[in-house]
This record gives sequence, structure tokens and C-alpha cells, in this order.
Amino acid sequence: MRVALFLTCVNDTLYPDTGRAVVKLLTRLGVDVDFPMGQTCCGQAHYNTGYRHQAEPLARQFSDVFRDYEAIVTPSGSCGSMVRELYPRMGERARAEGRGDTLARTLAPVVPKTYELTEFLVDVLGVTDVGAYYPHTVTYHPTCHGLRSLGLGDRPHRLLQAVKGLELRELPGADECCGFGGTFAVKNSDVSAAMGTDKVRNAESTGAEVLCAADNSCLMHIGGTMTRLRTGMRPVHIAEILASTEEEPLG
Amino acid sequence: MSSRDAILGRVRRALADVRQDDTPYDQAIQRDYLREHGDRGVEETVDLLAENLADYRALVHRCTDEELPGVLARLLTGRGSRSVLVPPGLPASWLAGVDLPRVQDRLESTPHELDQVDSVVTGCAVAIAETGTIVLDGSPDQGRRRITLVPDHHICVVRVPGQVVSSVPQGLERLDPNRPLTWISGPSATSDIELDRVEGVHGPRTLEVVLVSGLPGDEVTS
Amino acid sequence: MSGTFVGMPAFPKAAHEAVNNTTLRGNLRHATHTIRAKRAKAVTEVSDWAALREAGKRIKDHTLRHLDRYLVQLEESVTRAGGTVHWAADADEANRIVTDLVKATGESEVVKVKSMATQEIGLNEFLEAEGIHAYETDLAELIVQLGKDRPSHILVPAIHRNRGEIRDIFTREMSEWGRPAPEGLTDTPAELAEAARLHLREKFLRAKVGISGANFMIAETGTLVVVESEGNGRMCLTLPETLISVVGIEKILPTWQDLEVFLQTLPRSSTAERMNPYTSMWTGTTDSETADGPRTFHLVLIDNGRTDTLADEVGRQALRCIRCSACLNVCPVYERAGGHAYGSVYPGPIGAILSPQLRGTASEIDASLPYASSLCGACYEVCPVAIDIPEVLVHLRERVVQGGQVTQQGSKVVLKPAKGHAAERAAMRAARWAFSHPGALRTGQRLASRTRRFHPRTLPGPGSAWSGSRDLPAVPAEPFRDWWQRTNGGKGEGK
Repeated sequence: MRVALFLTCVNDTLYPDTGRAVVKLLTRLGVDVDFPMGQTCCGQAHYNTGYRHQAEPLARQFSDVFRDYEAIVTPSGSCGSMVRELYPRMGERARAEGRGDTLARTLAPVVPKTYELTEFLVDVLGVTDVGAYYPHTVTYHPTCHGLRSLGLGDRPHRLLQAVKGLELRELPGADECCGFGGTFAVKNSDVSAAMGTDKVRNAESTGAEVLCAADNSCLMHIGGTMTRLRTGMRPVHIAEILASTEEEPLG
Repeated sequence: MSSRDAILGRVRRALADVRQDDTPYDQAIQRDYLREHGDRGVEETVDLLAENLADYRALVHRCTDEELPGVLARLLTGRGSRSVLVPPGLPASWLAGVDLPRVQDRLESTPHELDQVDSVVTGCAVAIAETGTIVLDGSPDQGRRRITLVPDHHICVVRVPGQVVSSVPQGLERLDPNRPLTWISGPSATSDIELDRVEGVHGPRTLEVVLVSGLPGDEVTS
Repeated sequence: MSGTFVGMPAFPKAAHEAVNNTTLRGNLRHATHTIRAKRAKAVTEVSDWAALREAGKRIKDHTLRHLDRYLVQLEESVTRAGGTVHWAADADEANRIVTDLVKATGESEVVKVKSMATQEIGLNEFLEAEGIHAYETDLAELIVQLGKDRPSHILVPAIHRNRGEIRDIFTREMSEWGRPAPEGLTDTPAELAEAARLHLREKFLRAKVGISGANFMIAETGTLVVVESEGNGRMCLTLPETLISVVGIEKILPTWQDLEVFLQTLPRSSTAERMNPYTSMWTGTTDSETADGPRTFHLVLIDNGRTDTLADEVGRQALRCIRCSACLNVCPVYERAGGHAYGSVYPGPIGAILSPQLRGTASEIDASLPYASSLCGACYEVCPVAIDIPEVLVHLRERVVQGGQVTQQGSKVVLKPAKGHAAERAAMRAARWAFSHPGALRTGQRLASRTRRFHPRTLPGPGSAWSGSRDLPAVPAEPFRDWWQRTNGGKGEGK
């Protein structure tokens, strides 16, 4: 199977470890991963801030770069939902604006074959035990787009529960947003920070060492709040936990 | 141009992008939801009504038609009521055992006069088990809406199982929208203080529901 | 909308104060968390919730799509049943109509059932200026009115007040308006409810004119429906001689049968009950023999921005709203910012998409509302008529930053992009350019990596919006793409 890693611009620039972890994990599971160098950004920040027309060329570029792969895997629920949920909507809006079907047709091929990492593991590869070892206490925060847009459900839990040495602790108020929300974090920084603080306090109450999520944007916000509040907890992307082994510990 | 015409004109212009669709309404809406929830027999439906009424703090009593006068007398005495409001068409036999002044709701009665009455006894049009609701429709055994509103104590007689339906959809089927309708689910309540439910504001603070079996005209419907 | 909200600051500024008000934060957190769990339970009780939600959405969409036809049908039905129908294009016209109707009765006071529509048009203030006193009779509205406060929630306008504050307001203010609060009133909810009962009773019993809104209007029968809990609605709808109902044109349902959907979804979504304590349904007036309820009934249909909203093909779904307030109760932003920050009688997620459509995006507060959300989607998930609030929020953001064609008071106009967004627009354009040129992106990434030792963990100026509360992430030694190329996808990594 020819699988492309869509790492996302945030991970590429700030969290290369997550990218390396995805490559290591998928390779270990026998998947031939490619990283198309033409990839940049899915356009979500533009779209969600009100610059849909600026997001269109980025979406077209995404489609050009990825359309020939059999599957596109991304370690981000948020960017995954951009492609799956919002690309079709961009096509519809262009049509409604009298610009015909061109955009919808250009984007259509990548929509159904884009998977968030845990979806790809559970649904496409059919595995929940990925052979990982991670001897830490972990609490899992389901990020909003993964939870509500993509409907990841209990997939991340099933994957984490199968990790050797890992003790999973239930996060109180898990399905509440952490307060990141892209430009919301700066446009409404007071509310965003208050949400982040509550999320971190809930995470602390579990006594876990690690807060894990499937989205580094949210983890950037939660982690930045954690260090500011001097909690001693650390944020780790789920890919790094799943890639971790006894021989090569990560995260 | 009148505001009526202006608003209708705006509506039509606003919908200029919408394709004409003349599907008749009964075919236009898919109604995939259930007509009732669960699969219950007649007895179980009455039990569910009693359970849900009680859950919202109505006081529920069950009796046969022969016992009804005694039950009503006991409830009114037990409450210490000094007067009882009676709708014009309430069967006389129901209050045969009651020895209290009966107040009729006359056209010229003022709300202040009604406020002096302690209790009111009525029948009902239909009762809905799933939600614990009784519905009044102003029939002669129920009277004007105000009589079940101003007194602080309302006793409502439900003929079971004939007047009981399972669900909201079934309840609506039995009701006539041209009559003034009051749906009652428990005594008056509020969630306005810290979004927590407290019973007892403006409507009757005590609602007693008597489920009576064996009354005539009480054919069993599903 | 109500004059009381004019000149509201933008959302972030108003929210700043709320976030730092610990009493308010505590009150909101307690109330919204109480109702959240209960709603979830009430919804799970009905196995066909998804089908009810879908049917509710379709009924509303169908009605909106044929709104002209149903409005005319409703008018005929209400008139046939003995009511009089009035049409108001805007708030001012609606206020005048109601005022004239009240004056024609010779009365100088009215009792009111809680109604979002009359709050939206600022009816109480208008009546007051005309010498007519309007008494709010819903407990929470009473708290707001006595406290000279503003509503902060659709269902529970005094949600920002806890029991202690309510006791203080009652003790202090009730005597100014009528029967004083009982001596030694405590803060137990039952006693507070009793105080309201006593205070309002004399007003109900002497009232000659009642004013209400309506939750639903049935086109085929002309029936109006008011859903409530306390019995104040029943009092206002049945005791007075004259009843005036002020209702938004989008509150129509085509048929009697349609109620079977909404009478199941509304109570569970709003107060988390199987059924609310009281629902009143009336069709015009009764004949002189039955003589049940008001002898005179007026229905005032208001547009006030609704047809403009209807003209927007993405935004019109907001008109499906049945004002249940489930979206407020689950919203993490509402929970922390409070209802007042939204600067409208419609707070919370639904307010953030309704107010900028009903009022336009010209004011500072209205232009900021579409951004008052992290787009977490909890509101959409609980909405009983499936309004995709995040979709509309993003659509309205687009209207703010890009401008474009909108309908205002029935005419199409072209909006200019909002002024405050010039720097953001430039940044977005630059980012779009960089992202369209992977080479440029890479140059930027490498520059960031090389200078990483000099990056602070906090930022001055506008950057402090982030780093005021959060540390910045450290920039890695090399971006992923460089590692990929250097190691041939990890295969050549010396390990």
C-alpha cells in the first residue's frame, strides 16, 4: 500500500519528533510510508479565521500533492477533519458562488482516503496492539475535531490500553475543549487561558505523568499552560507513545 | 406598502435561491422516529404513567370506580380543605362523599374569588404515560383553565386505562387543537435558581392524580 | 434590539472581566455542569433521539423554505379563530403596535410571560417610556428586573446569580414594586420561590392585559403554544381580558402533528425534563358560552432581521432555533465568559450566530461575536434541530474579514471588509504565499531552527496574547522535512 504521511505544517516545523514517531510506527507495522516534499498546510487556519478564499489554493495544492496515494495519514484530528469535513464544504460553497464544480472535483479524490492516525491503525490496518511499550501513567484528552468531527470514539483508548507498561487514567471533563481553537487562543486569550487552566487542573487531578492527545496544536496550548503552571506533567503525542518500544523508548 | 406585504416580499426575495418544491407536506418530512417508546401492555402503560407522575412530585392514588367518592373525600379532608371548586360537568357521584361547600366557576367570578377556594377536582382529556403528563381540554368535567390554576390544590381524576396513551404523538392524536389545552406534568416548578428544579411556584403546588379503573365509557385502546 | 445593549465592548474585552470574576465563574460553572449531566440523561431515555432531531431539522427547514405560504395560512387560521394579526417589520413598529393595543384597553400595567422576542425588541423600556408598567413574572426575569440587571441566559436569565444574591435582591427590591419579601427570608430555593409567588400573586389576580411570546405557532390550526414551568405563563395567558402575543415569524410549524417532535425534544434539551410542568395551547379566543381565557387576542408577527437572515443560505439555519439553550449549557466559552459578554439578549453559541445576523456586523460587539468560539462543536452536537453553529460562525467570520453581499432590511448591500483586520489579512496572505511555495516555507523553518537558542519562551506586545498564560514551544534543531531528506526517510539514520 502506498501511504503518504501528511504531517501538517505545525508538526513539520515544531514537532518533528511526532513525524519521526509516525514513520517508525508505520514502518514497524509493515507500511511503506512516503513524505511528499510538496506538502505544506491544509489551509485550516485560513478557513477557520474567515479566509476561505485564501485556503482554496492550499487545498488544491494538498490535492495535487496527495491525490495519487492510496491512503493519506495524518497525526492530527484537526487537520484530518479539515480535509474530510471542510474540503467538501469548500467545494459546495464555490459551487454556490457560481464558480462551478472545478474545486469540488479537484478536492474530491483526497477526501475519503485521508485518515487520522488512530483511525488508520484501527480501521485500515486492523490493529489495536501495535507492540508498544511505555512504562508511564497517562491520561488521554480527546481533542474536539477528532472527537466530534471525525468521531474517533474509543479508538485511541483501545490503542493505549494495549500498550505494555502503560497505565491509563480517566481524565475528568475529558470531552471539554482545552481552549486552543487556532486563532481563538490569541483573539480571546483570556477565555482560552481559563479553559486551558481548567483542562490542566483536571489532568493534574489524575496524578498521571503524561497527558496524551492526537493533536499537537492542542498539546502546544496545554503543554505551554502546564509549564507556566509548573505542574511537572508533560504533553506527549499519541504517535510517540505508540512508536515507543523497550529497545527504543520515546516520549 | 403595508408591513405585511413588505415582510412577505422580503421572505420571497430571501428564498430566491431555493428551488421550487411542491411535494405535499405529508410526503415532504420523513418521520423515522417512534410512535411510542418500548413495548408495553395496557397495565404496564398505566404503571409507567403512575411512576412518571410520581417522579415529578405528583401524588398518585389508584382506586376503582366504587372507591372513588371515598378517595376524593379522604383527600379533601386530609388536606383540611374548607371549599372545593367544581366544574359544571363533573359527575355528581364523584363528590357524593364530600361534605364541603362547592364553589361553581361562574362567568362573573373574579380571580380573587377563585383564590379563596382551597381545592379543585376535575377530570382530564388524556394522560401520557411516557412523560407523566395529564392534559385538560376544557370539557365540562374540567372547566375553564383558570379553575385548575388559581387554587393551590388540584385533584385530577384519570380514567384508566381508557384515557391513558403511551406517548406524546399518541396524545396529540387524541386532542382537538381548537379547544384551550393545558398540559400538566407535576406541580408547578422552576429551574431558575442555579438550574436546579424546585417544586412550587405559581400554579397549584399540590397535584394529586387519581387513577380510577372501571368507570363507564372506558373502552380499552392500545 | 434592546437599547440596554447599545455600546457594548467587543467580546474579548467583556469576557476579560467575567473570567476574573470568581463569583460569576463559580455560579456559571455550578449551574451549567448541573444541567449538562441531566440533559444527557434525559436524551438517552429516548432511543430515537437522532430521528427526532433529524425530523425537527427537516420540519423547520421545510417551513422556512415556504415561509411566505405558512405565514399567510397562519394569519387566516388565527383570524378565523377570533384573533387579530399584526405585522411588524422591525422592533420599533412592533413596540408601537403593542403600546397602542395596551393604551386602547385603558390599562397602565401589564403582566408578561418570559419572551425572548419582547426582550429582543426592548418592549419593556418602550412601554415604560409611554407610561405603561410591564411586570415580568418568570422567576428569573423577576430577579433580573428587580436587580435592574441584564439577562445572561436564554432559559434562565439570572443564571449569573446564586441563591444568596437572589435573596439579597428580593429583600432589597420587592417592597419597591409591590408586596415586600417575607421577613427573615433565607436563601433556600423553596423559600425564594415562595417569595416570588406571594409577590406576584396580587399582580396576576388584578391584571387586565397579558403579554407573551410563543414557542410554536401552528399554521393549519392557528394554535399558539407556550412551554413553561412555573405557572406564571398560565396566569398571564388565561386570567387577563386581553392577550397580546409577540412572536418571530420563524416560530411557525405547518401542522398540529409537528408538535409531537418538538414537545419531545424541547423539554429534554432545555430543562432536561421528560416534560416541562405546564404547556398552554390556545387557538384564537373561545366563544362567549365557553368564555375560557382572554376575550381579545392579538398576534404581533415580527421580522426584525429575520428575513435578512433567511436570505443567507448558510446563515439561515440559525432560524431553526427553538431557544432551548442546550448550546449555552455545554459551551466552554459561555461557561467562562458569561452571558453578558455577548452583548445581546441571545448569548452563547446561538447568540454568536443570531445577533450578528439579526443586527448586522457593523458594531464592535457584533463583529467580534463570530470569534467568540474555539469551534469545539459541542453546541452542534447537542442542538435538537442540528444547527451547525461552527459552520455559521466561520461563515460570519468570512463576512467580517472579507465583506461581500448581504441583505439588510430587505435590500442587498455590499459590505466592506471590517477595518480592524488589516494586519491579520496581510499575515494570512503572506502565510498563504509561503505555504504555496514549499521552498519558502523551508527557508523560514530553517531560519527559525538556526536562531532557536535566541527564542524567548514569552513574547512582548501583541504576542503576549499567547504568552501571557502559556509558554511558547521550543523550536527544534531541524524541521521534519530536513530530517526526512537527510536520512532518506529514516532509512539512512545512523542508529
